Amino acid sequence: MSGSNNQKPKSDISTMSSAEYQAIAKKHEPPRAVFKNCIRAFLVGGLICLIGQCIQRFFMTVFDMSTKEASNPTVAVLIIISVILTSFGVYDKIAQWAGAGSAVPVTGFANSMCSAALEHRAEGLVLGVGASMFKLAGSVIVFGTVAAFIIGIIYAVLGIGGR
Amino acid sequence: MKIIGQTWQFENKPVIIGTGTIVGPEEGEGPLAEDFDYIYDNIEINEKTWEKAERKLLEDASRKAAEKAGIKEDQLQFFVGGDLMNQIISSSFAARQLGVPYLGVFGACSTSMESLAVASMIVDSGSAKYVMAGTASHNCTVEKQFRYPTEYGSQKPPYAQYTITGAGCSVVSSEGDGPRVTYATIGKVVDLGIKDPFNMGAAMAPAAADTITKHFKDTGRQAKDYDLIVTGDLASVGLPIAKDLLKQNDVIMDGTVFADCGLMIYDLEKQKYVNAGGSGCGCSAVVTYGHILNRMRKGELNKVLVVATGALLSPLSYQQGESIPCIAHAVAIETGGSN
Repeated sequence: MSGSNNQKPKSDISTMSSAEYQAIAKKHEPPRAVFKNCIRAFLVGGLICLIGQCIQRFFMTVFDMSTKEASNPTVAVLIIISVILTSFGVYDKIAQWAGAGSAVPVTGFANSMCSAALEHRAEGLVLGVGASMFKLAGSVIVFGTVAAFIIGIIYAVLGIGGR
Repeated sequence: MKIIGQTWQFENKPVIIGTGTIVGPEEGEGPLAEDFDYIYDNIEINEKTWEKAERKLLEDASRKAAEKAGIKEDQLQFFVGGDLMNQIISSSFAARQLGVPYLGVFGACSTSMESLAVASMIVDSGSAKYVMAGTASHNCTVEKQFRYPTEYGSQKPPYAQYTITGAGCSVVSSEGDGPRVTYATIGKVVDLGIKDPFNMGAAMAPAAADTITKHFKDTGRQAKDYDLIVTGDLASVGLPIAKDLLKQNDVIMDGTVFADCGLMIYDLEKQKYVNAGGSGCGCSAVVTYGHILNRMRKGELNKVLVVATGALLSPLSYQQGESIPCIAHAVAIETGGSN
């Protein structure tokens, strides 16, 4: 707060400080439904993982794959589902309801790439799709790699993990 | 023309002789559907890209406005327009099609009244007989440029606003029948430090309150002199803030209807996806040129003050952590009187 000691003139817009205004604005800002969002994210995120688990089981029983062998085709199927839902304009509607629940799993990553590719198709294959596809996904890859590197260093220093 | 403070008083009272309003399907589902000249049933507006769609809306609206004004497009002496796209491409490309002298203006969502004020000034000063003012916005062009790809799944906060798909144009003339433009108050840029680009209503409310205060001071009018005062677009978050700020400014808003275009264009109960309400250049343009002027022509309203508000940010500026500078321009439109 701006510390004026004696009688402060009535604050109109021209004299109002940004802190004063933000207090007024905050009062009118509808709160984000954090609790509800957490529940929804838990349910949808969990559901997506459950679907993934089912797909993995399918590959393991029908094609006689090991858990490890089945994981790649499972991810591929989830990505295809996400891309189809994005292309039909459904994924963003799910996301408005689900919040982080549909953003965090691999389907969210696929959605970020597919939506950018669709959006920038108008600017051509090279400068549009090619250049813009990683506009959102790029930072996931960068920070994913950085995080993996740091964790790797920690493991190496502490001598844990490895083979 | 008289200049009083920040306000232009148009002594010759330019007439709005024709208007054109074209909207997309979502606006067609809203409560004002009947007031629009044409409603497209697809968000693509039968075009291949979002940008072309926005331009098409503006071209259609300009053609409709000229037609309803009873003039040919080549009789127009100026086209004053702007939009939200980088380098205002929608307006400039529409002006290419129109083929009349063109003044591009930018005031973000305040462009509707900025262009009308400039057009009125040109006519009032005797510099032209027919001038067109117009602007357009498209939900998907704005999402693409300012936010994320349209199909990207991210959750919007409840105070976010929904950019409308639509274009509004008006033909302002020195003679003819129709509602008249009597005053225009040109706003100053106001920035009280809001940084969240989703919180447009809160960012723009001080600019609206400031311009309304100046308008009353300059003209000596009071809120009760108007049948309707509309902001465009503060939506459900910004409008109550503007009311609070006006109270602090000792501006009494009793005796008038104080509403917001962003709250009028959609049915907020049914169209939940719009969150706090509509926004975008097109919003105040189609609500004013469609709904409000229709009501004025029917005699339901006589004096209206339209206060269009714009958030003058760019994707770069907010990514660099800058707050959002905002502006509001007010135009008074009245029925009656003749030249």
